[in-house]
Amino acid sequence: MRQLHLLLLIIVLCAIGLGLAAYKVVVLGLPLTPSEQAEVWNVEASISFRAKPDTSVKVSLPLPLNSPSYTIIAEDFIGANYGLAIEQDDSGRTALWAKRRAQGKQMLFYRAMIYEDVEKVSDPGKRPPYPSVPEYPENFRSVIQGLLDKARQQSADTVSFSQQVIQQLNAASPAPELRLLLEHISNSRNPAKGISWILAGARIPTRIIQGLRLEDGKRYSELESWIQVHDGSQWRALNIKDGKEGLPANFVIWQIGDQKPFSVEGGSEMSLQFSVAKTLRELVDIAESRAALKGSHIMEFSLYSLPVQSQNVYKILLMVPLGAFVVVLMRNLIGIKTFGTFMPVLIALALRETELAWGLILFCLIVGLGLLLRAYVDRLKLLLIPRLASVLTMVVLLMASTSVIMHKLGLEMGLSVALFPMVIMTMTIERMSLTWDEAGPLEAFKQGAGSLLVATIGYLVMNIDALQHLLFVFPELLLVVLAATLSFGRYSGYRLTELWRFQALAKR
Amino acid sequence: MFRTLLNLRRAGVVGINRRNAEYILRYNERSLYPLVDDKLRTKRLAIAAGIAVPELYGVIEIEHDIANLPTIVSEHKDFVVKPAHGSGGSGIHVIIGRINDRYQHNNGSLLTKEELEYHISNILSGMYSLGGQPDQALIEYRVKFDPLFESISYRGVPDIRTVVFRGIPVASMVRLPTRMSDGKANLHQGAVGAGIDLATGLTIHAVWQNRPVEQHPDTGAAISGFQIPHWNKLLTLASQCYELVGLGYLGVDVVLDRELGPLVLELNARPGLSIQIANGKGIQKRLEYIDRLAEIPASAQERACLAQDLFVRL
Repeated sequence: MRQLHLLLLIIVLCAIGLGLAAYKVVVLGLPLTPSEQAEVWNVEASISFRAKPDTSVKVSLPLPLNSPSYTIIAEDFIGANYGLAIEQDDSGRTALWAKRRAQGKQMLFYRAMIYEDVEKVSDPGKRPPYPSVPEYPENFRSVIQGLLDKARQQSADTVSFSQQVIQQLNAASPAPELRLLLEHISNSRNPAKGISWILAGARIPTRIIQGLRLEDGKRYSELESWIQVHDGSQWRALNIKDGKEGLPANFVIWQIGDQKPFSVEGGSEMSLQFSVAKTLRELVDIAESRAALKGSHIMEFSLYSLPVQSQNVYKILLMVPLGAFVVVLMRNLIGIKTFGTFMPVLIALALRETELAWGLILFCLIVGLGLLLRAYVDRLKLLLIPRLASVLTMVVLLMASTSVIMHKLGLEMGLSVALFPMVIMTMTIERMSLTWDEAGPLEAFKQGAGSLLVATIGYLVMNIDALQHLLFVFPELLLVVLAATLSFGRYSGYRLTELWRFQALAKR
Repeated sequence: MFRTLLNLRRAGVVGINRRNAEYILRYNERSLYPLVDDKLRTKRLAIAAGIAVPELYGVIEIEHDIANLPTIVSEHKDFVVKPAHGSGGSGIHVIIGRINDRYQHNNGSLLTKEELEYHISNILSGMYSLGGQPDQALIEYRVKFDPLFESISYRGVPDIRTVVFRGIPVASMVRLPTRMSDGKANLHQGAVGAGIDLATGLTIHAVWQNRPVEQHPDTGAAISGFQIPHWNKLLTLASQCYELVGLGYLGVDVVLDRELGPLVLELNARPGLSIQIANGKGIQKRLEYIDRLAEIPASAQERACLAQDLFVRL
C-alpha cells in the first residue's frame, strides 16, 4: 500500500514535471540547451515627406501580417508628436498617423521584429467566389480569348493554366498580337493586377500579395508583388515574372491586395523605404514574446519575470536539490560517510565561487589549521558553546589572514576563501576533532575525504551548464528531481560499501 | 562485485537501508526514542518494571550540583560516571577505587577531584550528547564482571548485545574489549564480537576488524565454545525490554555481574548490523518470519523460547 502510494506519487510528479516542460518546449519553443540563439529580422519602413503648410497631415501604412510562418514578436511606431491609430480589417492592419499641423520634412518609422517559425503551415483560407468575366475593351477581347485558349490547350489544371498565361505574357519575344495588351498592362501601376484581370477571363480566383524578401542589409523602395491563384483548396503563389510557383524561403507577406503601400495626405515629395537587418536574439526572449502573443500566462510566472539579481540567486538555488540528490546517491547507494548530511552541498556551493582545485586546497588549509588550533583549545578544557564560538572566531581569523597573505603573494584566488560558509567550517572542525578523539584519526580522515569527495561530485554536477539552464528555464523539472529522490526514499538494497563490509558473510 | 551482492542476498544479510526502511521506520515510533536515548529514563522504567539494572547512586543535573559528588560516592569505593545521552560508549569514566584522595580510573591513570569534576561539567554541557544538548551525568554501580570473562577480555566490561524484533530476540553477540578498543566494547573501535547460539548460549564465531578470528588478540584465549552463564535468564531479560519501551526493533545491552547476574545496561533504538558479522549469518530470514507473525506471544519467556526455536530453524 505504502509502496503503491509512493510509486503513484513518483509517476504523478514525473508526469507533471515532464508535461509542463514538454509544453514549454513544443508549444512555446523554449530552448533545451543554453544560449541558443535564433535569427530575428528587423524590418523598418520609413516614410519621409514634406508637409504642406497649413494642412493637417494623415499618413497610412499597411502593416505586415502575422502569418503562420512568421511571428512579429515586437513592433515600434516612431513619429514625433503624431497621433497613432491602428485599424484592422479583412485585408490586414493599417497604421494611421495624424497631425493637425506639421512643417518641413517629416519622418515616420515603423519597426517590426520578425521571427521565422520553424514549421510552415499552409493557409487554406476561405474559398473565394469565382470572379465574373470582366468587360474587356473591344480591341483586347479576341486577343485575351486567344491567349486563354492557347493556355488551356497547354495546361492541365488551374495552376499550370495560370503559369502558361504568365509565361506567354513574359515571353522574350511576345506574339505580335499581344503587344498592345502588354503595353496596356505595363502602363498600369501593378503588372500583377493586369495578370489578375486576364485570369479573371477564365474565371480563376486570384489575389495579389505584396511583401519583402528578408535579406540582411537590403533596402527596398517598394514591396514585391506576387499573384496567388486559388486551386480549389488553397492559395498558390506564382511569380509574376516567370510563373514559377512558391514564395522564396525568406519572404514575408506585408499585405494582401494591391493597395498602394502607403499614402500621405497633406504632404509632398513622399517616399517609402524598407530596410532589413538580421540580428540574433536569445530563444528564451523570443519564446517569451510568443507566449504573450498566444495568450499563454506560463511565461509571465517564469523566473525570467524576476529582477536579474534574483534570477542569478535562483540559478544557484535551483541547483541545490540536485546537489542534495547527489548526496542521497552517495550516502544511500554508495555508502560514503560524510560530516553532516548536507555539509557537502554547502561546500559544493562555495566551490562554485572559488573554482575546484583552489577551493579544495583552501578548504583543507583552513580545516587543517583549525584542527590544530582546536587541539590546542582542547587542553584548556572549555565548555562546549564557548569552545565552538572560539573555534569560529579562529576560523574567521584564519580566513582573513589566508586572504591577506595570498593577496600579498599575488594569488588572487586566496580572496575567494571568504565565500566559504564559516559556520559550516567550524562545525566540520568540531565534528572532525570529536570523531578523531572517539574513533581515531583514520575514521576522521575517512569521513573528511568522503565529505570532500561528495562535495566535488556535487560541484561537478551542479556546474553542468546544460543542467543549470534546464532547471532555470524549466523549474518544473525539480519535480522530476523530487520524484527521483523519493524513489530512493524506500530503497532497501545494499549500499556499495556494505558489499565490502559484509564480504565475510558472502563467502559462506 | 555482482556475485557478492547475490551471495549477500542469498545469505539474508540486512543492509543499513533495509534496516532503516523496513524495520526502524516501521516499528520504532519516533516519540519513543527519548525513552532509550535518555539512560536515566530507561533506568527508571526498568526499575519500575522490575528489570535488573546497575544501581543508580545519584544524578548530577546542573553545574552547581557537581559539588555533591563526594557525598554521592562517599559510601562507594568504585562507581561509573556516564552521560545520560551518550552514544557509543563515549564519555564514560569507570572509577575502580581511590588512592590518596585521587580517583583511580580503570585505564590505570589517577584523576584528581578537579579532573573528575571537569569531566562531569563536560557531560553537563552536552559534549557527549547528540547535537550538543545539555545533558545529565549518572553516577552508578560499577559492574563487576564475571571472572569467567577474564581470559577473553582486555580491561573494560564485556557486554552482550541482543537484537530484539517485536519482542523476540533475533541474534546475540558478546562484545569483548581489546587493547585496540581501549577497553570499550564497540566493534568498530576494535572490540572482538562473538556470535552466540541463542539455543545454548555458547559462543560460535568471532570477528575482529571485520575478519573471523579464533583467539582473543590480546589474551590469546580461544573464543568459540564459551558458555555464557545465566543464558536463558538473559534472553528473557532482553525480551522483556520490548514491553519496557515499546520499540519494535531494539538493541539490548546486558552485562553479567559476578553477584547480581544479568543487568540491563542500556537500550538502543538503532542497533548496528555488525551482529551479523559476529554471528557469521544474516538475520533477514528471522526478521521476515517475525514480521509475518500475526500474533506475538504475550510472555517474555515464550518469546525467548520462540527465539531459540527460530535460531535453530532459520
